[in-house]
Amino acid sequence: MVSFAGYDMPVSYPGGILKEHLHTREQAGIFDVSHMGQAVLSGRDHETVAAALETLVAADILALKPGAQRYTQLLNDQGGIIDDLMVARPAAGPDGRLHLVVNAARKTVDFLHIEAMIGHRVRLDPLPEQALIAVQGPKAVEVMARHAPAAAELGFMGAAEVTVHGIPCLISRSGYTGEDGFEISLAACHAEDLFRLLVTEPEVIPIGLGARDTLRLEAGLCLYGQDIDETTSPVEAGLEWSIGKRRRGEGGFPGAARIRRELAEGPTRRRIGLKLEGRAAARAGSAVMTPQGEEIGRITSGAFSPSLGQAIAMGYVPTDYAAPGQQLRVEIRGSAVEAWVTQLPFVAHRYVRHKS
Amino acid sequence: MALVRYTKDHEYIRVEDGIGTVGITHHAQEQLGDVVYVELPEVGKAVKQGEPAAVVESVKAASEVYAPVSGEVIEANTGLAANTALVNEDAEGAAWFMKIRIANPAELDGLMDADAYKSFIGG
Repeated sequence: MVSFAGYDMPVSYPGGILKEHLHTREQAGIFDVSHMGQAVLSGRDHETVAAALETLVAADILALKPGAQRYTQLLNDQGGIIDDLMVARPAAGPDGRLHLVVNAARKTVDFLHIEAMIGHRVRLDPLPEQALIAVQGPKAVEVMARHAPAAAELGFMGAAEVTVHGIPCLISRSGYTGEDGFEISLAACHAEDLFRLLVTEPEVIPIGLGARDTLRLEAGLCLYGQDIDETTSPVEAGLEWSIGKRRRGEGGFPGAARIRRELAEGPTRRRIGLKLEGRAAARAGSAVMTPQGEEIGRITSGAFSPSLGQAIAMGYVPTDYAAPGQQLRVEIRGSAVEAWVTQLPFVAHRYVRHKS
Repeated sequence: MALVRYTKDHEYIRVEDGIGTVGITHHAQEQLGDVVYVELPEVGKAVKQGEPAAVVESVKAASEVYAPVSGEVIEANTGLAANTALVNEDAEGAAWFMKIRIANPAELDGLMDADAYKSFIGG
């Protein structure tokens, strides 16, 4: 057990990180991610809440349909990222409510920021007694179909309120592994019952933080504080797809000048994926160099990839060095290890998208 | 009969006829988790007690393996690189890292015996 953002969490269960990782890619893993911050943003109607949130993020929240979820980032005035988050619009119930899921280590900062900036226009209700359980993997939908058939009907990034064995839940079809999967938001008082129910399913084993990290790294997903932070813009981070088309033209989000310039001219640096020679991992902070040995950037996340059997990493380099195939070097314990820029994700996503 | 000693950094050394067989302890592999990479010293390398001689890396973290005694590396377990899982399966047996010709047997006196190591790790 380790302390993660102030929460006591397992790095792995007795089987170990490799087993948990591979099992999630082959069957299903269950994650207790209740450490993450959840909140409801509410106002008179959807337009009111969406307009308010749009002053803080660059996604198109106005166009978010009932029963849909979107990934976005809270931005600062320099166009850097305060946190990344999911925004869900419940399928039913009173209009003018958005459900937010933010990173554990940033929830205090995020909620203070949101309250300070738009608290006069809309209401932010943090949900400290709300738990979050993720079920991820190709077999996740079979498991969910047994207990929450309505959830199994969702397409990727769909969200719905579903009652599971009498427990009211908000379930989204999304996650942090690159696999098909579900995230279940429910009152903490019911979380243990639901977790125990799902973990005893034949396809499911519990997954700790170690495998959570190797899974998301293989999926090319960012970890706030490592791959994205207050200095990185969504464009540098390769997250420009999350910026709404309308928003690019209109602006109206913090850091719009920088972000729009980077969209037009290209950013000076980019987040890249790297495959390394061998199995030794380059951890965050390791230097990235040209083949000639000139230091040009830093690794922001790195690990041994259980699915690929070699070390992989993400980091930032000047745009000139960011093309897939570019040969580079990474410093590990004083030695230069060969590496080459790789398209992200390292392991293909297997999201189940429904045609709308 | 082989004499076995343990270090505070969780290495073991099994001594027979002036040669010490060195690896990491069962406790160490448990703490590390799945081992994915090992880096062994070159044969002929001179090692000093307490200085890094090898590297073991798990999915979680990389760790130095320190020489329990000073001497010369006379053999490295080259098969280990292709089968790193062996470190988790048989840390104190087949997954030895290196054999050292011991320069100064007196250095062994400062190391823990099996009972002392067991107490050290809270067993």
